[in-house]
Amino acid sequence: MSPVLGEYLYLVAVVLFIVGLKRMSSPKTARSGNQMAAVGMLIAVVVTLLDQRIVGYTTIVAGLVVGAAVGAVLARRVEMTAMPQLVALFNGLGGGASALVALIEVHAGAADVRTGVTAAASILIGTVTLTGSLVAFAKLQELVSGAPITYPGQKVGDSLLAVGMVAASVMMIASGGVPAWAWAATAFAAVLGITRVLPIGGADMPVVISFLNSLSGLAAAAAGFVIDSNALIVSGALVGAAGLILTMIMVEAMNRTLGNVLFGAFGGAQEGAYGVDSGRTARRATPEDVAISLAYARSVVVVPGYGLAVAQAQHALKELENELTKRGVEVRYAIHPVAGRMPGHMNVLLAEADVDYDKLFDLEEINRDFPHTDVALVVGANDVVNPLARDDPASPIAGMPILDVDKAKTVVVIKRSLSPGFAGIDNPLFYLDNTLMLFDDARKGLTQIVDAMKDV
Amino acid sequence: MEDLLVPITVFVLASFAGFEVISKVPPTLHTPLMSGSNAISGITIIGALLAAGVAEGPASQILGFLAVVFATVNVVGGFLVTDRMLGMFRQRDGQR
Repeated sequence: MSPVLGEYLYLVAVVLFIVGLKRMSSPKTARSGNQMAAVGMLIAVVVTLLDQRIVGYTTIVAGLVVGAAVGAVLARRVEMTAMPQLVALFNGLGGGASALVALIEVHAGAADVRTGVTAAASILIGTVTLTGSLVAFAKLQELVSGAPITYPGQKVGDSLLAVGMVAASVMMIASGGVPAWAWAATAFAAVLGITRVLPIGGADMPVVISFLNSLSGLAAAAAGFVIDSNALIVSGALVGAAGLILTMIMVEAMNRTLGNVLFGAFGGAQEGAYGVDSGRTARRATPEDVAISLAYARSVVVVPGYGLAVAQAQHALKELENELTKRGVEVRYAIHPVAGRMPGHMNVLLAEADVDYDKLFDLEEINRDFPHTDVALVVGANDVVNPLARDDPASPIAGMPILDVDKAKTVVVIKRSLSPGFAGIDNPLFYLDNTLMLFDDARKGLTQIVDAMKDV
Repeated sequence: MEDLLVPITVFVLASFAGFEVISKVPPTLHTPLMSGSNAISGITIIGALLAAGVAEGPASQILGFLAVVFATVNVVGGFLVTDRMLGMFRQRDGQR
């Protein structure tokens, strides 16, 4: 194939990516959009395989077979609750591949300044993405603690790593691409990726994953500068933009700044809970009490949180929806942007349980309706329904947008105990006069309510 | 660095196109958007294939092999898992 024809076909691939992403804007067209993007990728791969510069196919075929097998098995087997760690892993591998492409280019021989600079960018961004994502994976998979891991001298240590990373890169560029310097830069970046993500708490993972997603795109774009490929530059820029948009949405949903998330070590580490008042008592309810108040309601809004996902309770929740719908009760779902462990995670979990996506509402859409709602059912959520965020400017979560469940006529909270959420803050919602607490695991609690409802 | 002008122009324009296209994606689809765009970032597979195909000497071949494996897992896994997720998004007919 002539190189010019190849370039045109790469353009076709990139157009398919853009149109595919555009079709992601509606659930009706999203699946075909993803398939279009996959076809674009197939075109790009075939064009590359026909490139006349390629001298041997052994390594290529071996890599493709191993990679496709591993990717397909992971994609088929993963539980929907484990989606954040899988995406983190894929992000990391994409970043790692971009770093490797640049390293190979450096190994291939004398690099001019342009190649040196772009290779350094690709190596640094790609390597940080790889190791940072692996730490995020380990945290989400609970191989290491989800709590922020901090140690003395962290800021100084990270600064030294960053300086070393840049210095090694400069030496690599100045020396015309001596591989040893490239590997030194890789090593510094690898350690920095690890030490930067370890101090970030589990509740901040939606931001971290989005940000790493953005970085994996930028790493691909940087690799595109190295090997002079417009396809890589355009696709990398698209993904970089997508990740950045999601990052900002997540950061705003927590009323934080990106810097604060990446450098703040927020959550779980505070000594004692903020605003704990041991003098108050919560109203304890039985599954029967809850079944009665739900069965005689006209409108119910369910607020699912991460506790629902942990307990794999999405199917039990759907059963409750069916039972209530049979009785003519209107059931809707209120989804906080950070309800899961990655953007939109809760929506996927509910889709898996066959919940109609028309019944899922965003924060702004549903908050108007809480004053007219008979029962707000909070399942495994805490910080995202904490009225302190709205009412107490001194609270650590002040200003975080919350779901105003306390404005509903009755609030039912299913939760294992009164313990504070990730932010380590007590929740006055639990002590309100119109709040009923059902102390149980999300799945057991919901199943018992469904059983009790059959007798109502 | 004049020769970087064209690629940087392409990069900047593509970023704006990305912001335009993606800011319209509803929150319901944010997870598939992320895994799907993640698969697209696996386009670095092009570089990996070329690197592996021209590699001479064991060091470059091992690195090339790893690059192809990483990128292929990213691409194949990313598109398949996104398809699996999007297959679950359903809407009951005639219930609106």
